[in-house]
Amino acid sequence: MSAEAAAKFVTETPAEEIARVKEWINTEEYKEKNFARTALVVNPAHACQPLGAQMVATGFEGALPFVHGSQGCASYFRSTFSRHYREPAAATCDAMTEDGAVFGGQNNLFEGLENAYALYKPKMIPVYTTCMPEVIGDDLTAFIKNAKLQGHLPEEVLTPYANTPSFNGTHIHGYDAMLKSILQTLTEDQSIEGKCTGKLNIIPGFDGNVGNLREYKRICELMGIPYTMLADVSDVFDSGCDGEYKLYPGGTKIEDAAESINGKATISLQKYSSVTTMKWIETEYTGEKATLPMPFGIKKTDELILKLSEMFDKPVPEELKKERALAVDAMTDAHQYLHGRKFAVAGDPDYLIGIVSFLLEMGARPWHVLCSRATKKFKKEMDALLESSPFGEGCTTYINKDLWHMRSLLVTDPVDGIIGDTHAKWAARDAGIPLFRIGFPIIDRVNLHRSPVVGYTGAINMLTMIANKFLDIKDETCDDQWFEMMR
Amino acid sequence: MAERKPVKGVTIEKTEKLIAETLAEMPEKAAKKRAPHLGANEPTVSSCAVKSNKKVVPGVMSQRGCAYAGAKGVVWGPIRDMVHVSHGPIGCGVYSWGTRRNLMQGIPGVTSFPMDFTSDFQERDIVYGGDLKLEKLLKEADELFPLNKGMSILSECPVGLIGDDINAVAKKMESELDKLVVPCNCEGFRGVSQSLGHHISNDSIRDHIIGKFEFKEEAGPYDVALIGDYNIGGDVWAAKPILEEIGLNVKSVWTGDGEVEKIGATHSVKLNLIHCYRSMNYMCKVMEEKWNIPWLEYNFFGPTKIEESLRAIAACFDDKIKKNVEKVIKKYKPVMQEVIDEYRPRLDGKTAMLFVGGLRPRHTIGAYEDLGIQITGAGYEFAHQDDYDRTAPEMAKGTLIYDDVSEFELEKFVEELKPDLVGSGIKEKYVFQKAGIPFRQMHSWDYSGPYHGYEGFKVFARDIDMAINSPTWGLVKSPF
Repeated sequence: MSAEAAAKFVTETPAEEIARVKEWINTEEYKEKNFARTALVVNPAHACQPLGAQMVATGFEGALPFVHGSQGCASYFRSTFSRHYREPAAATCDAMTEDGAVFGGQNNLFEGLENAYALYKPKMIPVYTTCMPEVIGDDLTAFIKNAKLQGHLPEEVLTPYANTPSFNGTHIHGYDAMLKSILQTLTEDQSIEGKCTGKLNIIPGFDGNVGNLREYKRICELMGIPYTMLADVSDVFDSGCDGEYKLYPGGTKIEDAAESINGKATISLQKYSSVTTMKWIETEYTGEKATLPMPFGIKKTDELILKLSEMFDKPVPEELKKERALAVDAMTDAHQYLHGRKFAVAGDPDYLIGIVSFLLEMGARPWHVLCSRATKKFKKEMDALLESSPFGEGCTTYINKDLWHMRSLLVTDPVDGIIGDTHAKWAARDAGIPLFRIGFPIIDRVNLHRSPVVGYTGAINMLTMIANKFLDIKDETCDDQWFEMMR
Repeated sequence: MAERKPVKGVTIEKTEKLIAETLAEMPEKAAKKRAPHLGANEPTVSSCAVKSNKKVVPGVMSQRGCAYAGAKGVVWGPIRDMVHVSHGPIGCGVYSWGTRRNLMQGIPGVTSFPMDFTSDFQERDIVYGGDLKLEKLLKEADELFPLNKGMSILSECPVGLIGDDINAVAKKMESELDKLVVPCNCEGFRGVSQSLGHHISNDSIRDHIIGKFEFKEEAGPYDVALIGDYNIGGDVWAAKPILEEIGLNVKSVWTGDGEVEKIGATHSVKLNLIHCYRSMNYMCKVMEEKWNIPWLEYNFFGPTKIEESLRAIAACFDDKIKKNVEKVIKKYKPVMQEVIDEYRPRLDGKTAMLFVGGLRPRHTIGAYEDLGIQITGAGYEFAHQDDYDRTAPEMAKGTLIYDDVSEFELEKFVEELKPDLVGSGIKEKYVFQKAGIPFRQMHSWDYSGPYHGYEGFKVFARDIDMAINSPTWGLVKSPF
């Protein structure tokens, strides 16, 4: 509209036009148009790299996450974690502005490190970047070295750092990059020929469920396996209320992480969020290494337990055998409520593999599987998983498609349930399909992040949540003559 | 305005001592930078001594956001019938999707767009530029969401750094699509806080929207616009009915549950009523200058301020409105008294500390006071001098004023002043709750609301009582 153009009248969209479009967005024709877009992304199900970096940075004792870049980014990450966990999420930032864009962010970093150290007395300051310093090409290696040389930060304060540009990858890649950097920093010169701590190193990956982290630890304890969980956010993002705020309420101990390089074995439970870390560990760490799928459902939990048993030459304890039997008992008892039910699942690659595996075990059908940023390799792995079961027949994997694509799938080819994070609630509501909140972030329900979805316990939890919701729906919606005492 | 009655135990000397002690724990350079932003209140001086709207001190853990947050989250996001494109990498759009609680009517994806539209920049877009992608995505958005009344392009950091020209793209696509396409250069690194994002957005409205539309119906003597109410938790839906009840005709709302064409036709109203002065004063001044539209600040938090504001609004109109205002005040007086009678006995004599965006600390003081709560400290994330000048008279002498407070400072202040309630944001919430201090999020109304207007006060009073008097706080101290 040019400045000279006459003003237009305020318009009201006619009701029949609204009705037409409302119908239209639920059609096959619309779905085709929707799937044809190549530039626009609508309602994505993934976030950016520094968010993942911050999760890792939070998971070490006495570590203060430090954002090199724009102030707003740091606030977004902190808010996101606080909303999900309902916990404090400390992180500081060197708040680069226009002059930083022109001259680079070195001075901001100097001042930021100096203040962060003085005020919050961290043992470690993991530094990661936002878009801005990445675009202008800040040299973190030199900056951090200079900060210490020029006395802005004592030499002994640990400063691992990672480049985490948001225009590349997702939060899981930021997780990977930061974890590798922290481990490189902490294990430097710690490798001792012939030494073995006898411990298992566990990498949980980008997991917003602290219950899962605790479940891994519990399994190790039941098996009598000493362990170090790397980037252990469980006590940081789930701390008690006792009248005293603690800035550093937990996390992997620095010395434990340092000697992890001499561990007996290392396991990653999220393949896609630990690719570069595991590659590095493969060459640097002693002991056996394995990357396993997240232990969702029975078989993948079996796989973890068998692996641990083999790695540490420990028998599977009676308690775990009993837990397995209890979970299977729950699944056989309730199979009728999930068998043949169709699901749409959206989330991060490792979560998806796990959830789909569980659904197939239940005889449910993971009809639409959607990852809003993933590789072809992931698609291949998912397709193979679906093909491995008769219940995977007819199911489709979508990569690099967003939740607006999923909406089209849900309204044209409906399912019985959706599994995903809170962001999927809009599509779920439009399609009138219940959403089971598993993933990150969950910002509209309480305590789900405390309830594990992995291990045998997690299988029972998921099953309970899903089956009972279906039964609630039946009770709430059936006609009177079909309403009955038992289900 | 009568000076506030002193708060027991609060003196200028004590407050200054607390500030000095806090600053003493900081590195010298940081302390020097922070000192002008902290002060003891002098209610009667003409200009508040606390400095504001300066750069964040690196590393101190500020609670501030960025210009993009001020643009997307605050000004644009609430306009319900536009497609708002977060132009750049994936994160900004995701984090700001649905996290402000600016509720809206309409059918999502059909006539309203409470969604995340983004260009999801990849490395190649940084290298080759994103203008062509932007063009393409605007076409795609218009095709898939045909009932949109316009599109905004909200730049994220990289866009300005790589030298993309979103203004040229907007101009081209506006004529090609015959739809309003508004560029907004609100990269997060610009300015010192959300505040510049508000200003840039106001400028975009000035340059691309206002004056471009006209209401079909003839202008009337009671036409007003509601400016700077973002409908957090349904605030607009509690405020607008009051204005209608006193006989005014609310032609447009900026921007809560807003409609862009009505915003573009606002230049025909008789009076602009501005709630959030910080984020929208710019456009009020533009409309005053260009179209001679006067503007008036009002405050609909708590019955005392509602009454004051209604009478001030009435003074701008004829006897009919004046009579209506008195009628409305009389009608709601007993209703409000009932609320006060229920909650005040449990809240009288309590204290609260506030730290919010650019308006609410000073605007909500009256509502707390209606419930018998005194404010012992207040500050803003992104306010300017004029906001602090408006705050000083609302606070008792010697109370604590803090600008862009860091987590370190706020913790010290709360520890010393021991308020019964802290009202601030999500990042602060759990820090204080862990310490056993009742807390309400005052940006998002803590997933409650509305807090505006007569209806809102009922909710506010209930929430504040619930926060302070929840029996859960009694469980914090363990017997072993």
